[in-house]
Amino acid sequence: MSASTLSHAPARDPAAARALGRRRSYMDRIITAFCLAATAIGLFFLASILATLLWRGLGALDWTVLSTDFRPTTYGDDTLPKGGLLHAIIGSLIQVSLATLVGTPIGLLVGTYLAEYARGSALGNAVRFVSDILLSAPSILIGLFIYQLVVLPMGGFSGIAGVFALAIIVIPVVVRTTEDMLQLIPNTLREAVIGLGAPKWKMIVLVCYKAALSGIVTGVLLAIARIAGETAPLLLTSFGNNVVSTDLGRAMASLPMSIYQQANSGFPDLIAIAWAGALLVTLGVLVINVIARVVLRKRT
Amino acid sequence: MSDIAMRPGAAPAMGARRTAGSLGDKLFEALCKGAGVLVLLTLGGIIVTLFIGALPAFRHFGLGFLVSTNWDPVEGREEFGAFISIFGTIVSSLLAIAFAVPVAFGIAYFLTELAPPWMRRPIGTAVELLAAIPSIIYGMWGLFVLVPFVQMNIQLAFGETLAAIPLVGFLFESRSFAGTSLFSAALVLAIMILPFIAATMRDVFEQVPPVYKESAYGLGATRWEVMRGVVIPYTRVSVVGGIMLGLGRALGETMAVTFVIGNANRMPQSIFDPSTTIASVIAMEFPESLAGSLQQSALFAIGFLLFIISFVVLATSRWLLRSRLKA
Repeated sequence: MSASTLSHAPARDPAAARALGRRRSYMDRIITAFCLAATAIGLFFLASILATLLWRGLGALDWTVLSTDFRPTTYGDDTLPKGGLLHAIIGSLIQVSLATLVGTPIGLLVGTYLAEYARGSALGNAVRFVSDILLSAPSILIGLFIYQLVVLPMGGFSGIAGVFALAIIVIPVVVRTTEDMLQLIPNTLREAVIGLGAPKWKMIVLVCYKAALSGIVTGVLLAIARIAGETAPLLLTSFGNNVVSTDLGRAMASLPMSIYQQANSGFPDLIAIAWAGALLVTLGVLVINVIARVVLRKRT
Repeated sequence: MSDIAMRPGAAPAMGARRTAGSLGDKLFEALCKGAGVLVLLTLGGIIVTLFIGALPAFRHFGLGFLVSTNWDPVEGREEFGAFISIFGTIVSSLLAIAFAVPVAFGIAYFLTELAPPWMRRPIGTAVELLAAIPSIIYGMWGLFVLVPFVQMNIQLAFGETLAAIPLVGFLFESRSFAGTSLFSAALVLAIMILPFIAATMRDVFEQVPPVYKESAYGLGATRWEVMRGVVIPYTRVSVVGGIMLGLGRALGETMAVTFVIGNANRMPQSIFDPSTTIASVIAMEFPESLAGSLQQSALFAIGFLLFIISFVVLATSRWLLRSRLKA
C-alpha cells in the first residue's frame, strides 16, 4: 500500500503542485482580506451613525430643547421663540414606563410557564413559537391591531393605546430571556428546595427568580431599550401631541414620533431639534444596552 | 416521624399547610398558563383584527386586489391594488439580503476564525449595537447622510456607466436624481439586518465541533478550505435560517424605509427609481385615512398580506434554526 502511494508521488509535477499551493494560499489571503473589509464596513456604519448623531445632535441640544414644548416656526424668522422636546420626553417616559409595567409581569409569567411547567408540552411549544414570531413581527402591524382594539372604540388616538402597543412588544423580549435564564438554573437547586418541603410556586418565586434575577433584569432592560425607539406602532396609537400632556385618554407625544414629524417638516430649525431628539433616544438606548450587558456578564 | 404521628394535634396542621401549598401551586400554574394563552390570543387577535379590517377591501376588489397596480386614494375615484407595495417590499428586502449576506458572512468568519481573542468581544458587541439603534435613527441618518451620498457618488458618478451595461443596464437607469430609491432603501435595510445575520452565523460557526476543523487542518487545509469544506456544510441549514430571520425583519421594517424609499405608488423600472413598501404605505397614509373608509380597509388589507408574508418567512427561519434552538 505504502509502496504504491510512493510510486504515485513522483508522477505529480512538482511545479504544478507548487502552483496549486500558491493558488490555495492566495485564495485564503483574498478571503481573509475580504473578511477584514466586511468587518471594517460594519464598524464604519456604526461609527458614521454615531458621529452624525453627535455632530448634528450636540449642536442642537441645549436647555431650551429639554425644557420647552413644540413651538411653530417659519422660514427666516429668528424672532420666534425656539421650541423643544419636553412634551415628547415626558410622553415617552410615561408610555415606556407604563408599557414596561404592563408587559414585564406577563412576559415573566409566560417565561416561567415555558421553563417550569410546559417543557415539551404541545401548548408550551405553541406559546414558544408564537412568542418568537411576535419578537420579530412587523411592529406596525401591532399598531394596526391596537388601532382596531383600542383607538376605534375610544374614538381617537390615546396615550393608553400607545402603552398597550408597546407592552405587546415588551412581552416576547422578556419571555425569551426569562425562559433562557430559568433553564440555566441547575435542577439540583430545584430538587433541594422541593426536598425541604417547599411548594413548587415558592421554589420558583423565592429561589429560581432570585437565581435568575440578573438575567431577568437584562431582559427587561433590553425590552425598554427596544420600545424607547419604537415609532411605527405609536404612529397608529398615541400619534403625537404638540403640548405637554399627561392625559392617557388623549393623543400623547413621544420622542420617536416628534423626531419623525420634525425631521420631515422641511424647516431647518425643526430638523435641528429632531437631531437633538435622535441623539437623546440613541444615547438612552445604547446606554441601557451596555448596562444590560454588564449586568449579564457579572452573572456568567 | 413516629413522634408526630403520636401527637394528633400536629397532623392536621401539617395537612392544612400542604393543602395551602398545593392551592398556591394550582393558582400559580394557572396564572403562568393563562399568560401563555394570552400570548397565543394576541397573535390570534392580530390576525383576526387585520382580517376584519381588510374584509371590505377584499370584498370590493376581490382577487384583483393582489395584482392591481392602481393605488389612488383621491376621493371619488378610490382604487386600490396591492401589487406595487408587495413588489417594493419583496424587492427591497431581497436586495438588502444580497447586500447584507456577504458582509455578515465576512464579519462572522472574522469573529470566529480570524480575529485574535481580545478583539472578538468588543467587535462583536459593536456589531450587536447596530441592532439596538432604533429604526427612526436609521431613517434620519439614511435621509440626511446616505441618500445624498447615493445621489452624488453613485447615481451621478456611475449612473451612466451602469445604465450602459448591455441587457441589464435598464435596471440601473436613473430617471429620478432625488437619491430616495429602492436602492437607498435596500442599503439602509442591509445595514439594519446585518447584525442579526452576522450574530446567527457567528453563533452557529462556533458550534462546529473543533475536532472536525482540526482534522481538516491536520490534512493541510487552509483556513478558507476549512470554512468552505467543513464549517459551511456543517452549518448550512442554520445559516439559511439566519438569512431568513434577516429577511423577515427587512420585510416589516417601517420608519427607516419610509424616510429613504421616496414613497411613490408607481412600478419602479430600475433600482434607482423611488418606490414604496407595504409598511411605508401604511405609515404614510393610515394616520390621514378616515375610520371606516375604503382606503383604511385597503391599508388593513395590505397589512394582512404583510403579516402572511412575514409569518411564513419567520416560521421558516425558526424551523431552519430549530437545531440551534435546542442546543
